[in-house]
Amino acid sequence: MSFDNAYEALTEDNDTRWAFGTGFVDPLAGIDTSVPSGVDAAELARSCLWLGDDALIMSHRLQEWCAAAPELEDEVALANIGLDLLGQARLLLARAAKADPSLVPAVEQSDEDALAFFRDAADFHNVRLVELGGGDFAFLMARLLVFSTWRLAVFQRLVDSPDQVVTAIAAKGIKELAYHRDYAARWVVRLGDGTDLSHERMQAGLNAVWPYVDELFDSDTSDGAALRAEFDAVMSQVITAGTLSRPPAREAAETRSLEPLLAEMQSVARAHPDATW
Amino acid sequence: MVSARAVAETVTDPELPMLTLADLGVLRDVTETENGVVVTITPTYTGCPAMDAMRADLSVALHNAGYDAVDVRTVLSPAWTTDWITPAGRAKLAKAGIAPPGRAQRTDGPIPLTLTAPPKRVACPQCGSPDTELLSEFSATACKALRRCRACAEPFEHVKEI
Repeated sequence: MSFDNAYEALTEDNDTRWAFGTGFVDPLAGIDTSVPSGVDAAELARSCLWLGDDALIMSHRLQEWCAAAPELEDEVALANIGLDLLGQARLLLARAAKADPSLVPAVEQSDEDALAFFRDAADFHNVRLVELGGGDFAFLMARLLVFSTWRLAVFQRLVDSPDQVVTAIAAKGIKELAYHRDYAARWVVRLGDGTDLSHERMQAGLNAVWPYVDELFDSDTSDGAALRAEFDAVMSQVITAGTLSRPPAREAAETRSLEPLLAEMQSVARAHPDATW
Repeated sequence: MVSARAVAETVTDPELPMLTLADLGVLRDVTETENGVVVTITPTYTGCPAMDAMRADLSVALHNAGYDAVDVRTVLSPAWTTDWITPAGRAKLAKAGIAPPGRAQRTDGPIPLTLTAPPKRVACPQCGSPDTELLSEFSATACKALRRCRACAEPFEHVKEI
């Protein structure tokens, strides 16, 4: 089983090896998913579901840029980041389902697919930041910067989770998110500190994202406040380097973007639940 | 009969077929028990779509070698690091025109933001020149970055340190 290139491997008889469509096996196959004693299973499931929903919806928004990015390198970068987040979503949704099977819609699908494709908008728990539709590349970079900075700080705390599965997901995710954050931060600086036009659009992107920042933090707790301080420090660094200004506080509007997003994301799975490709 | 470990060690990576899963450090353990063979693997990246292919390849290879009961398990912790790529794996990467990774950084506490890509001395796998530049930290697969050699002007991929 040795090949000179990846394409040669494709021509092999046993083609289940390139199962990149349907038919994924449980991403937690072979992993001990018993809930440790002293951990509230329902609460563990809920937090995994929330984190999984954020990753799933953000990944979808990144995938929308496939074939629309300004340069080939960024096309590849956005697809890679979307894929990393989809991987996090798969594990987190599967973890949520194992901890609390009552969360999973009763359909003949794997747990992760049932949760991703057969829940309605009201049952999703993602932050509004990831739902927001439309926007230009500057808006996307502002959103990715905020999202990955926040999520990286959250994951750095999750490595101390009593649940070994969550610990492992977080440890892996940290390495990925650090790349995502650096990528977004460099673009924000490059556009902010670029031409008058790029500066203007970068500032507008940041302003549009900013009302959705407060929702990410539970500032009533000391850890929430510490998380916010860590986030603010990174934002200040990027905003200063990009000659941008911290956006003014503004009320977050309802997004009404999740339903249309789900209508697209879930359409194939719902119309053809038995489809394989 | 060839040992289960020896069989598992011949299975190649679906995306880097010049390397075995053992070269890559993805193959963590192979144990023969009374109930069959237990193989443990650790994904390189969380979203790695090749995991199912790896699992299938390991099962097929072991079945073909006469092992009927094969259980391929995924272990997420400790997380995979490029430091696990063996010296043989690094040599194969370079030979295939892919620059092998350097040492992965270990940080405790908040990970500092890097607004400019830290300069890395990555030698060109084609001509050997150390004068190379980063084009993109993302490439055709999640585990690689794209670089270009200033000496021979050839672009090449570099396995990112994680």
